[in-house]
Amino acid sequence: MPASSHSEISAIIDANEQQILKEWLEALRQGASLETGRIKEPELNTQAKGFFSHLRGALREGGLDVRSRGYETLRSFLAEVSRTRALKGYSPSETAMFVFSLKRPLFDAAAKSADASAAAQRGWEINQLIDELGLQTIESYQKVREEVILRQQSEISELSTPVVKLWDGVLALPLIGTLDSARTQVVMENLLQSIVDYGAEIAVIDITGVPTVDTLVAQHLLKTVAAARLMGADCIISGIRPQIAQTMVHLGVDLDVTTKSTLADAFAVALQRMGRTVVDVDSIAGRTAR
Amino acid sequence: MVETPAETLPISSGEDVVRVRQAVRLRCVEAGFSLVDQTKMVTAASELARNTLDHGGGGSVLVETIHLGNRRGVRLTFQDSGPGIPDIARALQDGFTTGSGLGLGLGGAKRLTNDFSIESTPGQGTRIMIARWKLT
Ligand SMILES: Nc1ncnc2c1ncn2[C@@H]1O[C@H](COP(=O)(O)OP(=O)(O)O)[C@@H](O)[C@H]1O
Ligand SMILES: [Mg+2]
Repeated sequence: MPASSHSEISAIIDANEQQILKEWLEALRQGASLETGRIKEPELNTQAKGFFSHLRGALREGGLDVRSRGYETLRSFLAEVSRTRALKGYSPSETAMFVFSLKRPLFDAAAKSADASAAAQRGWEINQLIDELGLQTIESYQKVREEVILRQQSEISELSTPVVKLWDGVLALPLIGTLDSARTQVVMENLLQSIVDYGAEIAVIDITGVPTVDTLVAQHLLKTVAAARLMGADCIISGIRPQIAQTMVHLGVDLDVTTKSTLADAFAVALQRMGRTVVDVDSIAGRTAR
Repeated sequence: MVETPAETLPISSGEDVVRVRQAVRLRCVEAGFSLVDQTKMVTAASELARNTLDHGGGGSVLVETIHLGNRRGVRLTFQDSGPGIPDIARALQDGFTTGSGLGLGLGGAKRLTNDFSIESTPGQGTRIMIARWKLT
């Protein structure tokens, strides 16, 4: 009788709808879907009821074959639920719980309304069905997360690298991340424009946040330094960690500029060149008091 | 201790080069490399991955953890079916480039690693193997 399996599951659902829904919502609540406050009770109710009515339509039109056309509406409904949850920062398991927590109530209803062997058969079918739907939920979740990651990647690479004014005539360019060519171009243009805008004499390029300095990165740095020089500004490169310094020596790269291990050291050099210095307030106070 | 099995990564875009660096970094950490050794190996990998992409027209890299007695190391084998390198000695000279780079990548990668070998047939492709051992 496999042909009628789905109609029997439909019958179980019809006969126990209120009870199943109640238990499911209870399970969802306990699964902390509400606790964290990311989903409000009414929204959860609507989602559960919506799922239920789509499930009945799907069983009617598609039987137990989750990949069939009859399940299209249910699948896109689930995709939307996953999407909302993915965007709200739910974990994959929290998202999949939406479907999986329906298993128990459906099992219980099946056990009640059939003889033992039929109940076992229905139980197995329900198990299969919910597992498949759960997997679909995770797949949609994954897809949305990937979209988010791609979007963030391009946002990060477009993030205009800020040029910071440290002092009159002194700019800092803190570089963070991978210096691929597209982004390096933007960085270079920003720095040159800022040098003009501020009439800067010294630009500190800080590479503390650049994980790897290979010959391509070195070449980008060299070009930036050379262009800055043409604009009348001297560069200092800071944030060269010991392991980076050693590696650059082996590569045979000579940056041909002043380099400092920290931004603070570079700032001190910049001030000195501008004829300024940082002093201890107490030492001045002491002198003027006398 | 569980060891990551050997893996082959594609090199056909700038993002792939980033991924190769990340995989090599993880592999070196797992092999117990110091920060300096990690950085040297990752930088050598970056140079050769970039060459595979820019000069070799794309290819792949085999990333492996290797053992010799009780020494552990990381070995990378870059492979492409590009134009090949007609004069390897010349390509290894500092400052030699047929592109617009600094011409320091190949020689640099050799200096940054313990083992280095190139096989290249003009018109057929290039295979470069590097390895670095954990200093004990
Ligand atoms: N995989 C490769 N296929 C073909 N030619 C290569 C390959 N790798 C390196 N070369 C040749 O060796 C030269 C030197 O390489 P390298 O030292 O990395 O300098 P760069 O990449 O800056 O040109 C390249 O310009 C190129 O002609
Ligand atoms: Mg190169």
